Amino acid sequence: MTLLPPLLALQAAAAPPPAVVPADTAWMLVSTALVLLMTPALGFFYGGLVRSKNSLNTMMMSYVALGIVGVVWALLSYSLSFSEGGPWIGGTANALLNGVGTEAKGTIPHVLFMAYQGTFAIITAALISGAVVERMRFGPYIAFLVLWSLLVYAPVAHWVWGGGWLMTRGILDFAGGTVVHINAGISALVAAVVLGARKDYTRQAILPHNVPFVLLGAGLLWFGWFGFNGGSALASNELAAVAFTNTFLAPMTTMVVWVLLDYFRTGHATAVGGATGIVVGLVAITPAAGFVSPTGALLLGAIAAFPSYFAIVLRSRTRVDDSLDVFAGHGIGGLTGALLTGVFAQKAWNAAGNDGLLAGNPAQLGTQALGALSAMLYAGLMTFVILKALGLVMALRAAPRTEGVGMDVSQHGEEAYTSGEGSILVMPEVAAASAPAPALTPQTAAR
Amino acid sequence: MKLIVAIIRPDRLNEVLEALYRAEVRGLTVSRVMGHGGETDRVETYRGTTVKMELQEKVRLEIGVSEPFVDVTVKAILASAHTGEVGDGKVFVVDVSQVHRIRTGERDEAAVTPAEVTEAL
Repeated sequence: MTLLPPLLALQAAAAPPPAVVPADTAWMLVSTALVLLMTPALGFFYGGLVRSKNSLNTMMMSYVALGIVGVVWALLSYSLSFSEGGPWIGGTANALLNGVGTEAKGTIPHVLFMAYQGTFAIITAALISGAVVERMRFGPYIAFLVLWSLLVYAPVAHWVWGGGWLMTRGILDFAGGTVVHINAGISALVAAVVLGARKDYTRQAILPHNVPFVLLGAGLLWFGWFGFNGGSALASNELAAVAFTNTFLAPMTTMVVWVLLDYFRTGHATAVGGATGIVVGLVAITPAAGFVSPTGALLLGAIAAFPSYFAIVLRSRTRVDDSLDVFAGHGIGGLTGALLTGVFAQKAWNAAGNDGLLAGNPAQLGTQALGALSAMLYAGLMTFVILKALGLVMALRAAPRTEGVGMDVSQHGEEAYTSGEGSILVMPEVAAASAPAPALTPQTAAR
Repeated sequence: MKLIVAIIRPDRLNEVLEALYRAEVRGLTVSRVMGHGGETDRVETYRGTTVKMELQEKVRLEIGVSEPFVDVTVKAILASAHTGEVGDGKVFVVDVSQVHRIRTGERDEAAVTPAEVTEAL
């Protein structure tokens, strides 16, 4: 205690360099792990919604982003997103993690900031997979992930968060309504149109094979989302507490409204509906989490249920096979959230933010709409170009026959639910010659 | 009357059901079975363990039909389950000595003639 006053005096005198704050670092370490968990959670959410013959492939489309997008992030797209550059895209100063050390970025170590933002890049790319499941080949999908995270995610993240033109214009996007959800949602819609519908779409019922997985995924997504929104304060402070609490409240009202809509429309409160309502509420509160009051979050969550709910109902009557409704959930949900941020935002809750429509600043709503619209135009156009270009050099879709057999067997040589009955162990050449059969040889191997 | 037993690929089931519906064949039993039709074994790998899946998933249809429906049913299955590759399956037509409808006690031809559905679900 006796040392503290002189120390403070010393810092004040020397105009201190930005310092790493331990409390902030601790919360951001936890938040990074929380957000990373959201991508496996998304895998379960999506994996439960498809047919069993495609469940591993669908889950792998999320999991593989942890590898591919993460590596691309570290090598280049972190730099393109967050290092100093122009209004459109960042520079290459931090490429290959150059200059990303333990120095303070804000009040946390730069390496941690890089890792935290990387988890956002990963899940954003993985979100798109929901529109192309059960038909897109795995190789082209990976190529798409690489190109998309460099050409779409990095620029849009730079516009909004990295010092780009939308940030200069004062867009309010607390944790990624525009960067993550509108971006992924519109890209998903375009991808679904370019790929075309599944061969069975509108011809036969395509039902979720494991609704408990869907519920598990939604629950884990909510858990991880506390890091996604709460961590976007980039500090362990009052703002983080507000964002955290709003992330706690908004999905509750969305879920209630969603289930009521379900009940009055179909006569049942469905489990898939409840899970979808939670996710849509989380999407909608994302841009607003650190700018609105908890009461505002409750209202925002309730309103957000309507556009996405009816977008799903209408979409399923069209030829557009956005299979897991990424556009309705994330695109429309993100758009609703981004616009409602411009309605409910209050400077009283975040001095660094701005007032919205209800607090007497209608201009903010315009800024929000401009951000959403430009992200939609850019991401939609670029996704179209990337997929068309990839389509020139490789087949994006599996052949109809392969689609019928299922993507698990054809893309991965594995099945999600195999009994092993009738399977014969193929011994590796060398081992077969020298070693006796292992203890776990299936009984059928003797035949 | 005959019992028609068909072993088909699971991914053709919907096409077959659709064809049977169009042929006005009503009343059938479907089971998931394992079998082998001489096709190339599928190879799968689990954590470095490579296995040949000798038994493939198949679907078995059992349909009891009256004489006029035998050819219709067989033709519908043959056309709709066909892919041209080894492993498409088989259709067996089996003589049946007796058929009883449990609900009404009707016998033989009457028992395999579709009933008028009067009760609503």
